[in-house]
Amino acid sequence: MAAFSTAYHPGSLLSVEHLSIADVGQILAATAELESMDVAARAKVLERRTLALLFYESSTRTRTSFELAAKSLGATTTLVSDKSSSIEKGESLKDTGLTLRALGAEAIVLRHPASGAPELLARVTGLPVLNAGDGMHQHPTQALLDLRTILLRLGLNAATATAQTLRGITIVITGDIRHSRVARSNAMLLPRLGAKVILCGPEELLPQEAAELLAGVELPANAGVEIARDLDAALERADVAMMLRIQKERLLGTALDLGEYVKRYQLSQARLGRYPKLLVMHPGPIIRGLEIAGEVADSPQSAIEEQVAHGLAVRRAVLVRALGARA
Amino acid sequence: MKELLITGGRLIDPASGVDALRDVLVRDGKIAAIEKPGGFAALAKTLPKQFQIDATGCIVAPGFIDVHVHLREPGQTHKETIATGTAAAVVGGFTTVVAMPNTTPVNDSAESLAWMLDTARGSAVNLLAMPAATAGSMGERVTDFAALVNAGAVGFTDDGKPVLEDEIMRAALISAARLGVPVSQHAEDTRLTGGCSMNAGPVAFRLGLRGMTVEAESRIVERDIRLLEEIERAEGLRPHLHVQHVSTARALAAIKSAKARGLHVTCEAAPHHFTLTEDAIGEYNTNAKMNPPLRAEADRRALVAALLDGTVDCIATDHAPHASHEKEVEFERAPNGITGLETALGLALRVLHKDSGLPVSRVIELMSARPASIIGLKDRGAIIVGAMADVTVFDAGAEWQFRARDSRSMSKNTPFDGAAMLGQVKATVCAGRIVYRR
Repeated sequence: MAAFSTAYHPGSLLSVEHLSIADVGQILAATAELESMDVAARAKVLERRTLALLFYESSTRTRTSFELAAKSLGATTTLVSDKSSSIEKGESLKDTGLTLRALGAEAIVLRHPASGAPELLARVTGLPVLNAGDGMHQHPTQALLDLRTILLRLGLNAATATAQTLRGITIVITGDIRHSRVARSNAMLLPRLGAKVILCGPEELLPQEAAELLAGVELPANAGVEIARDLDAALERADVAMMLRIQKERLLGTALDLGEYVKRYQLSQARLGRYPKLLVMHPGPIIRGLEIAGEVADSPQSAIEEQVAHGLAVRRAVLVRALGARA
Repeated sequence: MKELLITGGRLIDPASGVDALRDVLVRDGKIAAIEKPGGFAALAKTLPKQFQIDATGCIVAPGFIDVHVHLREPGQTHKETIATGTAAAVVGGFTTVVAMPNTTPVNDSAESLAWMLDTARGSAVNLLAMPAATAGSMGERVTDFAALVNAGAVGFTDDGKPVLEDEIMRAALISAARLGVPVSQHAEDTRLTGGCSMNAGPVAFRLGLRGMTVEAESRIVERDIRLLEEIERAEGLRPHLHVQHVSTARALAAIKSAKARGLHVTCEAAPHHFTLTEDAIGEYNTNAKMNPPLRAEADRRALVAALLDGTVDCIATDHAPHASHEKEVEFERAPNGITGLETALGLALRVLHKDSGLPVSRVIELMSARPASIIGLKDRGAIIVGAMADVTVFDAGAEWQFRARDSRSMSKNTPFDGAAMLGQVKATVCAGRIVYRR
């Protein structure tokens, strides 16, 4: 094995940790620019460029969103999934990546159940790799689309980013933080732009060490990551409530039964009623009636569908960045 | 009559308490005589140069003994063979290594042990082995300890697959006690570590990896110590528990307390555990993945302190070669283990001697006299007249950089590629033969 290297292709997006605030600002600006472009002109941005989507996990919105984003830019895409490829025959991630590269893929979008798989793929192929979700680790485009959603909904400038961009904004992320790459990505990005992120949930789903996600990272004043066990107390301080899917099997072996979880942590109509300005977000997939009441998901305070739309927009920008093209 | 002369060096033999300039004469595989410098001047004039080692500026120490190596033969010879693993051992100054039983098939019978120890395997050093404590290392049925000791076993272990059942571990400790050999335990409650690939804590959380808790190690150590006490009380035996590669402050505390109560507990420390922390994993470096995992800085410091205060009895490498394609996979899927034979001395002198003030003689003791006593080797681990002529000559001040590509091991899975080393082996003598010289 060659010496261990973390010199990835600069077009890669593996973790929000690799993004400087200036990178975030550039991605936001490119997102806005691509969004405002004439459709026909936009369809030439990545013309004759080839992109592989490599999915080892099922996905609705992320896969479709990357695919539609690429196609709207004129790129050629190919989808490889573990269910219908040589992966089933035991081909390694490295060999799969090298094969895609040999076939002309200029960048790879990867979703994988193992944390760190995108880092491996980026190392062995040297290609720009876009992380579309790896295990419990990262889902950086989700954090970027969440950022754009928050900025637009709160009436802030969504085409730039500084350490002050989210100053004074508090975001409560509630649910199965332990297993959530979405929570990690947001908690490791938003405070660097000035936000306070409160992670909320029971001990079993939210270990205390989550408070150290940004340990050693220099943060703007009053920004950072906190832990809360009481949703109502956390919502008192919140501008944004981001709810995460809860999988019933994850509650097995915890002190909480489903009913108790719903009582303590569901974003219910009653809770929402107390906070008429609270912005409601959810990365999906939603389990209505569990972590979030159906009415809350459908309420005007909910930005859930906008999140999906912004996902498409943000992914255009990271694809353009990956392939070094200019909008 | 085969003679070998080692002259000009500083003999440090912790077992006999010698630390002085001495020349050493080896004859027919044994230490024949030790004299003040120049004491063999007449012989030096006539003995051919290839039978002389000029140890000027170097330390002459007992050959190093590693009670914990994986040589992968039989069955995994794409990773290492007994010949290649021991070729790496001599570069590191080791003259005796103890092979773990997790080969394919598992070394759990007198026949498999005899095959492994056969000279036909081409070992460059004294090869010893600890066969499996239970059949197939399945943890269900204790192997035939008497037959295995008769065939050369120096202890028993299910390394990597700890003996979890109290009754099986009790039976193993009792059988081993009757034969005067240790049971060597990989302390990990595997019921608590399913799906885990590194140390539990903030780093694992950030990387999205499941973590092994400190308790998963200490619980087994504490359980085994409890069994020792029960057996001493009920059976009137004195079983010997050897705890492999201790990695946590909590397990060290349990061992220290057990020693203070007079129980026969020994333990080993691996160079990677006293050198690195979990931060070495960085962005999923599978060459920093091993079991027990690299721990937090507080645990690393506790391990260094335990090496300084004598709680830790010996240094063992847990040399665990893996092919590059096996390591170049998703972190969670990568096998545990790193190579270690060629970096042990360089790390021990750098971290324990230079950075932490442990005298060189204590480093040598941890790598020779102490491991010899743990596995009951009476004729090795010391440079005294009549002992086996296992000698390591090293330059304790040599600063160099380890390069994985230069390794004699078949595998290059090491987190120490490019790492600074202090102290370099200049010659290794095994049973009176020069097996390595640089």
